[in-house]
Amino acid sequence: MATVTAVRIRVPAPLRPLTGGQGEVTAEPGTLRDVIAALDAAYPGFKDRVLEPDGRVREFVNVFVNEEDIRFLQGPATELRAGDRVSILPAVAGG
Amino acid sequence: MSYLQGLRCQRCGHSLAPAPVHICPECLGPLELVYDFAAMKAELRRDAVEAGPPSMWRYRSLLPVGDAPVVDLGTGLTPLLRADNLGRALGLRNVYVKNDAVNPTSSFKDRPVGVAATLARAFGLDTLACASTGNLAASVAAHAARAGMRSVIFIPEDLEAAKITGTAVFGTNLIAVRGNYDAVNRLCAEAVDAYGWAFVNINLRPFYGEGSKTLAYETAEQLGWRAPDHVVAPIAGGSVLTRITAGFEELQRLGWIPETKVRVSGAQATGCNPVARAFAVGAERIQPVRPDTIAKSLAIGDPADGAYALAAIRRSGGACADVSDPEIVEGMRLLAETEGVFTETAGGVTVAVAKKLAHAGVLRPEETVVIYITGNGLKTLEALGAEVGPTATIAPRLEEIDRVLGSAAA
Repeated sequence: MATVTAVRIRVPAPLRPLTGGQGEVTAEPGTLRDVIAALDAAYPGFKDRVLEPDGRVREFVNVFVNEEDIRFLQGPATELRAGDRVSILPAVAGG
Repeated sequence: MSYLQGLRCQRCGHSLAPAPVHICPECLGPLELVYDFAAMKAELRRDAVEAGPPSMWRYRSLLPVGDAPVVDLGTGLTPLLRADNLGRALGLRNVYVKNDAVNPTSSFKDRPVGVAATLARAFGLDTLACASTGNLAASVAAHAARAGMRSVIFIPEDLEAAKITGTAVFGTNLIAVRGNYDAVNRLCAEAVDAYGWAFVNINLRPFYGEGSKTLAYETAEQLGWRAPDHVVAPIAGGSVLTRITAGFEELQRLGWIPETKVRVSGAQATGCNPVARAFAVGAERIQPVRPDTIAKSLAIGDPADGAYALAAIRRSGGACADVSDPEIVEGMRLLAETEGVFTETAGGVTVAVAKKLAHAGVLRPEETVVIYITGNGLKTLEALGAEVGPTATIAPRLEEIDRVLGSAAA
């Protein structure tokens, strides 16, 4: 079995036009901020849909790392390791 | 005919045609419904409502269902009880209780689900689904059964027994998830992209929320077509409170009730108080919490409409407060003992917060206050535990009654 070297990022349907329809993309380990910057380089416009200009996660976006809300971790500074799974989701759901 | 024109992003204003979608494709903001209000105002009459069926569907012209056959269990037009005994206990002179615990599946959720199920069918979807803290689960399962639809329901695994049995009985696919509601909700937010199901509180959410407006419509009609001065409602996801607010505002715009500034106050459990905490510290954004409370139906640590509920409360001059688990049980008992209404833990939260706000002078003695009771006490018997039970157990002999009741027997 191949060694896992990448972070896997789940892309919500509204952002898939940016990723050529892909529901999952990968990036090199780093902070969440680094990973989003790398995705923005690969898929221009990605960063603006997820982060505010000041670097905070946008109000209507939630980001989870291995099922944990990053607001309970270190936010955009959360360190991501190889094999981690990131899920980006629209925030307004449920209740 | 329907007055629904389409969907609009609450954040960026992007417009879409009616569809089972809840998120703006441009900015990921939440979508809301847009109606032709001028036509509604010109064409609709409240006496036509009065002549309608004795259910929430008397307001169908105000709901986004058009001519579609509605999925109806007989929901709504629940009692608005004048509550003088409770009022005396709270030091308030004009208190009413809107008892929505007596809906077909014993909670207010039948209102939003009635609308969402109707729209799901109209959109040609065959499976109703939801993430639920328990009350929604039963309602979705029941409406799916009634509509002849399949249902898939996701709940946290630790729900009260009555909520599990009271959902499973409808022949649904009931999936218990190892995690809290926020984990269930995250899973469902991912599942909505993967399956073509009608998640009533996700992709059908803009329509679903509208059903809760009937809580305001009914209250106004039952008060003789006027709004109360102050309402107290529980906050889980925050949708009910914002929809009640919107409901009263709409009736005023239609000219059906006099202009009134309705103060809106929110109730949370201390063990899950993200909105009450933001209110207390003056924050605009909601910081999520990890819920730990007996009020499981309100245990949403990351409320989707939390910021909107907070804004509605502040705009109206209301307040938001939280109460501890023992206070929640006290609230359940106070309502039961003063008014004969048995509510679940969420109602205990609402009553206990009303008491707190009355003592703080936020609820004023002369205000007409409506307390929204959203769920039935039989669903959360566990919360009362051994605290409530037989006064005594006796042999079937007359003198035994005197023995155990003493002077109270006279």
